[in-house]
Amino acid sequence: MSETLVQTAPAAAVETGNGRGLLRFLTCGSVDDGKSTLIGRLLYDSKLIFEDQLASLERDSKRHGTTGDDIDLALLVDGLEAERQQGITIDVAYRFFTTPNRSFIVADTPGHEQYTRNMATGASNADLAVILIDARKGVLTQTRRHSYICSLLGVKHLVLAVNKIDLADYDQAVFDRIVADYMAFARTLGFETITPIPMSARFGDNVYTRSDKLPWFTGPTLIQHLEVIDVESTAAAKPFRFPVQWVNRPNLDFRGFSGTIASGVVRPGDKVVVAASGRETAIERIVTYDGDLAEARAGDAVTLTLKDEVDVARGDLLVPPAARPEVADQFAAHLLWMTDEPLLPGRSYLMRIGTQYSPVKVTALKHKIDVDTLEHLAGRTLALNEIGFCNFSTSTPIAFDPYNDNRETGAFILIDRYTNATVGAGMVSFGLRRAANIHRQSLLVGREERETLNGHKPAGLWFTGLSGSGKSTIANLVERELHDRGVRTFLLDGDNVRHGLNRDLGFSDADRVENVRRVGEVAKLFVEAGVVVLCSFISPFKAERRMARELFAEGEFIEVFVDTPIDDCIARDPKGLYAKALKGEIANFTGVSSPYERPEIAELVLETANTEASASARRVVDDLIRRGTI
Amino acid sequence: MTAHTPTSSFEPQGHGPLAKRPLSAHLRRLEAESIEIIREVAAAFENPVMLYSIGKDSGVMLHLAVKAFYPSKPPFPLLHVDTTWKFQDMIRHRDSIVERYGVDLLIHVNEEGLAKGVNPIASGSSLHTQVMKTEGLKQALDKYGFDAAFGGARRDEEKSRAKERIFSFRSEGHTWDPRNQRPELWRLYNTRIAKGETIRVFPLSNWTELDIWEYTRAEAIPIVPLYLAAERPVVRRNGMLIMRDDNRMPLEPGETEETRWVRFRSLGCYPLSAAVESQATTLDDIIDEMKISRTSERQGRLIDVDESASMEKKKREGYF
Repeated sequence: MSETLVQTAPAAAVETGNGRGLLRFLTCGSVDDGKSTLIGRLLYDSKLIFEDQLASLERDSKRHGTTGDDIDLALLVDGLEAERQQGITIDVAYRFFTTPNRSFIVADTPGHEQYTRNMATGASNADLAVILIDARKGVLTQTRRHSYICSLLGVKHLVLAVNKIDLADYDQAVFDRIVADYMAFARTLGFETITPIPMSARFGDNVYTRSDKLPWFTGPTLIQHLEVIDVESTAAAKPFRFPVQWVNRPNLDFRGFSGTIASGVVRPGDKVVVAASGRETAIERIVTYDGDLAEARAGDAVTLTLKDEVDVARGDLLVPPAARPEVADQFAAHLLWMTDEPLLPGRSYLMRIGTQYSPVKVTALKHKIDVDTLEHLAGRTLALNEIGFCNFSTSTPIAFDPYNDNRETGAFILIDRYTNATVGAGMVSFGLRRAANIHRQSLLVGREERETLNGHKPAGLWFTGLSGSGKSTIANLVERELHDRGVRTFLLDGDNVRHGLNRDLGFSDADRVENVRRVGEVAKLFVEAGVVVLCSFISPFKAERRMARELFAEGEFIEVFVDTPIDDCIARDPKGLYAKALKGEIANFTGVSSPYERPEIAELVLETANTEASASARRVVDDLIRRGTI
Repeated sequence: MTAHTPTSSFEPQGHGPLAKRPLSAHLRRLEAESIEIIREVAAAFENPVMLYSIGKDSGVMLHLAVKAFYPSKPPFPLLHVDTTWKFQDMIRHRDSIVERYGVDLLIHVNEEGLAKGVNPIASGSSLHTQVMKTEGLKQALDKYGFDAAFGGARRDEEKSRAKERIFSFRSEGHTWDPRNQRPELWRLYNTRIAKGETIRVFPLSNWTELDIWEYTRAEAIPIVPLYLAAERPVVRRNGMLIMRDDNRMPLEPGETEETRWVRFRSLGCYPLSAAVESQATTLDDIIDEMKISRTSERQGRLIDVDESASMEKKKREGYF
């Protein structure tokens, strides 16, 4: 019998690190601030340096050390230098130590090169950051940079470690001045706690042991503070979020959804909805290997079963009906660029948010951020280690929370679709199109069913062109032909719509934009109803035509540019409008006193100068056949 | 409708009756994070495998996998790359574990290396490990076309592991390029690979040796008896205590076998695993001993001291 059955031990044996659980933190500072020495001190004083390691440390200290006869603790950490020479320059090293009250994971990021990317990686999983300041130098540019990156990545708790206080004669005035400087700067960065501690990592003052050389300081030592700070209770207090990771289906009688609770608390009986589809059900059981649970909380890896057979797959987010995330296909976010090849707005990347992958594009780079001054800069692209604020567009709506509210559901990474490299890290700020508080009611009749009933696919045909270009004439001929072929159609005409839905709008630029927006939304409803909708609108601005286009799925929006020279339009002048406009009787008349921006990406361009309207209409119908719409 | 009852579900034998104890907040967190990683691989890869080396870390990793998918079975097999020089106790333990958890086990031996007579005594630890372990592993991964392989390595084990990713990317041919590793932010692992590329996954990255033992005790996970102290026949060689597990290991002139109270902190091929003198006969004893221990666990691994930067080198070659 080779199995060793573990003996039942009396309750005496208590695990280490029992009290507060695990704390992950990150140290920020340059080489000169004593960061390596501090980490070395934490490992050394927690007795985690073994004899075989200590022996080589003593050897190295004599050879390379900078501390005279003392052991140079920095060499414990800087052992990685050798590896750096082998080409590893871009890394975060994780170190572990334990006290009787807590276990710790320190993310150690190199201070100099590649700082932004490395620091962001370390900060993304950190609950707390230790910002090191050299007491002789005070708050520097890099202190601000490190603090901003911590704040951007959502680290809520800071320790301001005023190090090398021994070299400033343990002087309270020095400490007070640095703290005042720092607080003035950090006020806007949104940290929940900032705990300043004067210390000397080299001599161990106020790291583990309270220093008798700093009698004026009454706050905690570093370890005392790290041992007691509460970073976990906030995650459980947030709304319930459960990204479905894996569908657990051992047999036909069991269908569970495995995943890790991102935030909040769940109990059997709780109502939940699938965020993207709006389908509602309730939690039946919380299944684990150790038995069913009456309650599970943020951070627990569990398997949930649901009361009803709703459609749920990996990537879905289960949430409470009363506290839903945003669901949108456009959103604004901060983006940190992490690779040599620059970001290309408009290029399709793969986004991973929660357990979901989705194609995504940056549609606009609003501004870049200078991490040293926090100034906003204009830019067209992001280079390695640059941070920008961007608009994003995904191909299907995704569920998310603002990163500031919830790190778990507001963070995403971008992946290059060809190399599969991780190229960006994003933090969602808000959804665009103000759809945040309107949640889709799920419908029992689906789009495909409507298409089957109709016998054709829907489409939005968007006729744009000058007044008098022949848009409405051609659109009418197209609709007649489609109707005769048994296709369900509807024509939205600019003039007609202005008599009803849009009669409150005039012809200012702002009203023209709103005119197109409303028509676009109405056209979208027709498309959802399975109809081929024809829209005949001057729609002179590129941006608004794009806005209309983005309401539709890829391939469903067909822009038809009716290209008639302005002189021909003036000559035709079917409604006598050009005559009036040229006399100055109509303000903002397109082509006369207001510009028409020619389309660059129209699916169809109909040059009408030498073509009959019926032939142009024929081309539109042929195009729909070629696309397989009808 | 209520109460789905899993009928033909997966219940490891012996689940329940053993003396378990509640997990500390710290171990609960580590457990949940590892389960998340293990599930992610099952969900994102087509053909994963879990490397099973029979040691204490493998034991914990397998136990976590069983918990991760309950009531389903882990949706991947175990793979043991057998160098043919494992302690006999380890092989017995392996077979009993497979039966206990009801999981599928694949065993692979590098027959080519065996035919060439590679062994730890005549060939030296470095060549033996390279051929029988690293090459053997690559052969097995290729043979079955695995696209993801779990390993039980921990970041606290060794310096070069401190910066290892949880999802470690390997290009075609299983090479590890330290410059081509993906940054890991939050817990958003990038699981995308091209055909021919693979991922090594380390669910125990954030565990320490002490965590492993405390979890093993709390969850009553069976271990190879060699981890517990007993009177065993050992010889002293190069300052290390080596246990002669069978008579393939000849005694060198002047060496004599003696019986001592020893145990092992780390298990591998028996001629390459040094014992430590110890009276720790229970898990409680081991944990107490750990807390006052002043040497690192890999000190007993002859392969690590055999050449400088050896872990780095082995990893580039495809070792775990």
